[in-house]
Amino acid sequence: MIEFRSVSKQFPDGTLAVDDFSLTIPSHRTTVLVGSSGSGKTTLLRMINRMVDPTAGTIEIDGVDIASLEPVKLRRSIGYVMQNSGLLPHRKVVDNVATVPLLRGVPRKTARADALAMLDTVGLDRGLADRYPSQLSGGQQQRVGVARGLAVNPNILLMDEPFGAVDPIVRAELQQELVRLQSELGKTVVFVTHDVDEAFLLGDQVVILEEGGRIAQIGSPTDILAHPANDFVASFIGADRGKRALHVERHDGREVLVDSDGRLAGVLVGDAAPGQVGVPR
Amino acid sequence: MNWVWANLDLIRDRTLDHLILSVPPIILSFVIALPLGWLANRYRLSRGVILTVSGLLYAIPSFPMFIVLPALVGTTLRSPLNLVIALTIYGVALMVRVVADGLASVDADVQRSAVAVGFSTWTNFWQVELPLSGPVLLAGLRVVAVSTVSLATVGAVIGAQSLGSLFTDGFQRGIQAEIITGIVATVLLALLLDGALVAVGRLALPWTRARKSVRAAARLRLPVEVTP
Repeated sequence: MIEFRSVSKQFPDGTLAVDDFSLTIPSHRTTVLVGSSGSGKTTLLRMINRMVDPTAGTIEIDGVDIASLEPVKLRRSIGYVMQNSGLLPHRKVVDNVATVPLLRGVPRKTARADALAMLDTVGLDRGLADRYPSQLSGGQQQRVGVARGLAVNPNILLMDEPFGAVDPIVRAELQQELVRLQSELGKTVVFVTHDVDEAFLLGDQVVILEEGGRIAQIGSPTDILAHPANDFVASFIGADRGKRALHVERHDGREVLVDSDGRLAGVLVGDAAPGQVGVPR
Repeated sequence: MNWVWANLDLIRDRTLDHLILSVPPIILSFVIALPLGWLANRYRLSRGVILTVSGLLYAIPSFPMFIVLPALVGTTLRSPLNLVIALTIYGVALMVRVVADGLASVDADVQRSAVAVGFSTWTNFWQVELPLSGPVLLAGLRVVAVSTVSLATVGAVIGAQSLGSLFTDGFQRGIQAEIITGIVATVLLALLLDGALVAVGRLALPWTRARKSVRAAARLRLPVEVTP
């Protein structure tokens, strides 16, 4: 469990990126921080592995104040995946995946063998192991990034807009892959994005942020969509327009769903079985 | 050419002397410039001071340097060590800026992600920053190598035997072939060291070629086949 307690961050230039932020992130669930730029979402994420230290308040992981932990050691125990993969361009794929285990002193042979197995886990061909990152496609690089994040089998996985720079088809593939992985591994995932669709797809708990890290609403995707807390949330998630604003029209005795632009979204087949929607994975 | 055939031993000895005078300064200037360049890149204040001072070193004329150095470091006026020290100073003057620029050229995203996954400042320098600035460092080192080989010829004037001795001796005795031999041998030696550095670079920086081959393949629209 990760707990933010009245956390603020003021940068040296005076910008108040996060102001009195409190949040509990449950273990073994995916929490998505979603907001536009300036909402402080990346700053919040970076505070968890002490890339950024708060100017006020405390952050605890499983009851331990992380300010009391050595930053380098803390970072080696937390998986981190970022946009543009952040892979080391001078190391082969397998060595990139083995990076953190090697830093933690795992023998080279073991680390490489584990790294190869990790490639299987994220759905990469072992034949790519000896390539350099520049020889992979964007989607493959991102998978290597995820493999590197998981290599030390961390409890916590931080993901900073990891699929932001790949094309929509590959992004959808990577998102499904993450859903599959998470259902197998059950990590405490903290995921940052500006894409509401991505947040609703991946998040068990979604945190919608306004400027300065102010929480507009916290809840499951279903809660938020069904009961947006205010106009900001409603407009941010697009509940009032496009494919989220569906209405029923009768057509030859059947009920069809039409979105606000008049496009056909599907047919109504009856009520879902109770509990089928919005169950945490 | 007759002079050359008759004096092969002399040419070989002077070439070896020249190597012994020029290789240590090349290595030393790299080793000394590393921490200075790192410091210059790390803090804005130190950058200004270190780069200005090291740049000024290069402006010191060589002859006064040869005369002042023995007094400063306690060597004799005709010791070859003076030349090694002077060449190292010139090499450092060039390399410090190269190291600072090389470290600054490392992609900020890669740096940030290295810190985020748990590289300490020390491991980050040796395992990330240094190798990734390799191409820039190599380019700088090649300039230092060639300029050191060429500067080492002046050693002849202060009594350090080198290929430069072939020009001074040739001038004094009026042997044109000896002068030309000195010039040609110096150029060849410079090319040889440059080639050696390129070869070291190929071995030490294999990923730089991987990237090029991808780009070339992309241009030709060929699939990239990478053999492990």
